[in-house]
Amino acid sequence: MLTSAFYFIAFVTVFFAVMVIAAKNPVHSVLYLVLTFFGISANYIFILDAPFVGIVNIIVYAGAIMVLFLFVIMLMNLNAEAEHRKSNAFLIVGAFAGGSLLLIVVDAIRKVDWKSVSGQESSGGAIGSIKVLGKVLYTDYILPFEVASVLFLVAIVGAVILARKEKLPLTVGQISHPVSES
Amino acid sequence: MLLEIKTSATSTAVDYFPIVIQFVFAAGFVATTMFVTHILGPHLKTKKKLKAFESGIKSVGNARQPFAIKYFLTAILFVLFDVEVIFLYPWAVNFLDLGMGGIITMGLFMVLLLIGFFYIIKSGALDWE
Amino acid sequence: MVTLAQVLPAIILIVVIFALTMLVALYSTFAERKVAAFIQDRVGPNRAGPGGIFQPLADGVKFFMKEEVIPVLSNKFLFILGPSIAITASLMTGVVVPWGPDITLFGKTYPLQIVDIEIGILYVFAVVSVGIYGIMIGGWASNNKFSLMGAIRASSQVISYELSMGLAIIALIMVTGTLSLREIVEQQHGWHWNILYQPVGFILFLVCAFAEANRTPFDLPECETELVGGYHTEYSSMKLGFYLFAEYINMFISSAIMSTLYFGGYNYPGMDAVNEFVGPVIGPLIGFAVLFAKTCFFIFFFMWVRWTIPRFRYDQLMNLGWKGLIPLGILNLIATGAAVLYFK
Repeated sequence: MLTSAFYFIAFVTVFFAVMVIAAKNPVHSVLYLVLTFFGISANYIFILDAPFVGIVNIIVYAGAIMVLFLFVIMLMNLNAEAEHRKSNAFLIVGAFAGGSLLLIVVDAIRKVDWKSVSGQESSGGAIGSIKVLGKVLYTDYILPFEVASVLFLVAIVGAVILARKEKLPLTVGQISHPVSES
Repeated sequence: MLLEIKTSATSTAVDYFPIVIQFVFAAGFVATTMFVTHILGPHLKTKKKLKAFESGIKSVGNARQPFAIKYFLTAILFVLFDVEVIFLYPWAVNFLDLGMGGIITMGLFMVLLLIGFFYIIKSGALDWE
Repeated sequence: MVTLAQVLPAIILIVVIFALTMLVALYSTFAERKVAAFIQDRVGPNRAGPGGIFQPLADGVKFFMKEEVIPVLSNKFLFILGPSIAITASLMTGVVVPWGPDITLFGKTYPLQIVDIEIGILYVFAVVSVGIYGIMIGGWASNNKFSLMGAIRASSQVISYELSMGLAIIALIMVTGTLSLREIVEQQHGWHWNILYQPVGFILFLVCAFAEANRTPFDLPECETELVGGYHTEYSSMKLGFYLFAEYINMFISSAIMSTLYFGGYNYPGMDAVNEFVGPVIGPLIGFAVLFAKTCFFIFFFMWVRWTIPRFRYDQLMNLGWKGLIPLGILNLIATGAAVLYFK
């Protein structure tokens, strides 16, 4: 039962993931990506017994990051005539980058010792509970947690600097092009 | 092999299953209602009626236009702070159990968060004009 | 394996709650007009039935019978998808609300809650954060500048206030130690309501609930004076109805959640004595009635504010969210932590 449920959820998720790149309209792509995240969350909740991770996945990815994606897409000019063809060079570079990532993932999966993974599970249904997760995170993994908070600080500063309006010296009647600062 | 890990997962599945039922129910209701209104309503389409309504003023171009980057910055900052808030949930649930260690850990986290927050306020990134 | 017998009580409860939600949403529109009329010293709708009581039904039929207009320049699929997402999301939040204590029927005990999950509040957050797509997609797909601006304003506003709402909830969790709405209600047995421990948190939550539901004074997304109709300018027929309905359902559910989190849910002082007196069938129903009364009060409060306070300006709204409520939320968090440690 669990196995077939897993295969069903996994199939649906992968299907939506494929639709993300197959869809012509970028807004449709974003929506398919949201559905993909829902599929992943369903996997966490129904199969892996980790409801907290599943819900957080929806809040952060589907609810926050995808809203940002949608903003970016709406920010772009989406008129049909404004669209231009990408050159083949992009295709080759993209295929190379994607292929490298695939190789890394396949290699990582190959090296996992499945026996030890399945051996860890013995604490019943509590492993994914928020209580257990909090205890582990704030006792055993304090250092990564604090490092993550430094990372957030860097990200905040970076975002503010990137979006800051550049104050250009502009004289009357002169059309100036934005100067990219390095 | 991977799937033999969980044997008691059905308990969570049962707990959460009514959400799926509710979704099917809600989506079914929405689809049915949409279909019924489509059948019932009149269909008299004229060229002017199908135009975008912009207060009777002839519309210039369409609405696929860029807008202020401010909104975009708000969205980025929201993503960052949202993740930070998420980190607080597992901590708040264990607040008493974690004791002093937990408070120090989260205190450091909060200090960094507040530095970032004050930077945002000071830099005027959230000033709307 | 999930069997039918296991989920049958849930299915029945889903249908009952769905009918209740629809009824409340329908009659909220009527109540809103009556409350507005009362505040402005008018009569309000009074033609359909005695005192205008059938007005919402007439409005409902009208939504069905009107022509649906889909502008030529719009993206048709997304245009239909927008309101569908909005109403589906608003219907999904009700499942975690504990509507009453366990009820005993035919010798078996059933919970008056569709799902009791460990992370109840986070589930509500997740659904709310997904519901924003309804407005964004609908506003963008309309291909109307006013709709687009309404949609962008709405999404920026909702995400900004989500942060302070999260901070208010976290302070509450430090007191309760659980995210399950069921357990939070049970802890407030009798008169131990959380409002006594979290007054600042409640005010934060209330303000954010107004902003999340796009209600006045935070209804900038559909601000008539600037944006025609806001994100639903182009909508007509049932699709417009769905947007309006979603707003009223959100108002109902957020009122219910506010009552549950801060005002004891179905608990009331002296409930033990009453329960002993009336038995295990009537007792839970009284509990449900109490929750419903609290919810109705908050719905009235939403309307009261709408017809009393003028709308904010957009910069005021964003400043309040980021520079007012977030620091207040963090201060509340620190104060709560200190208080919990002191009194533990």
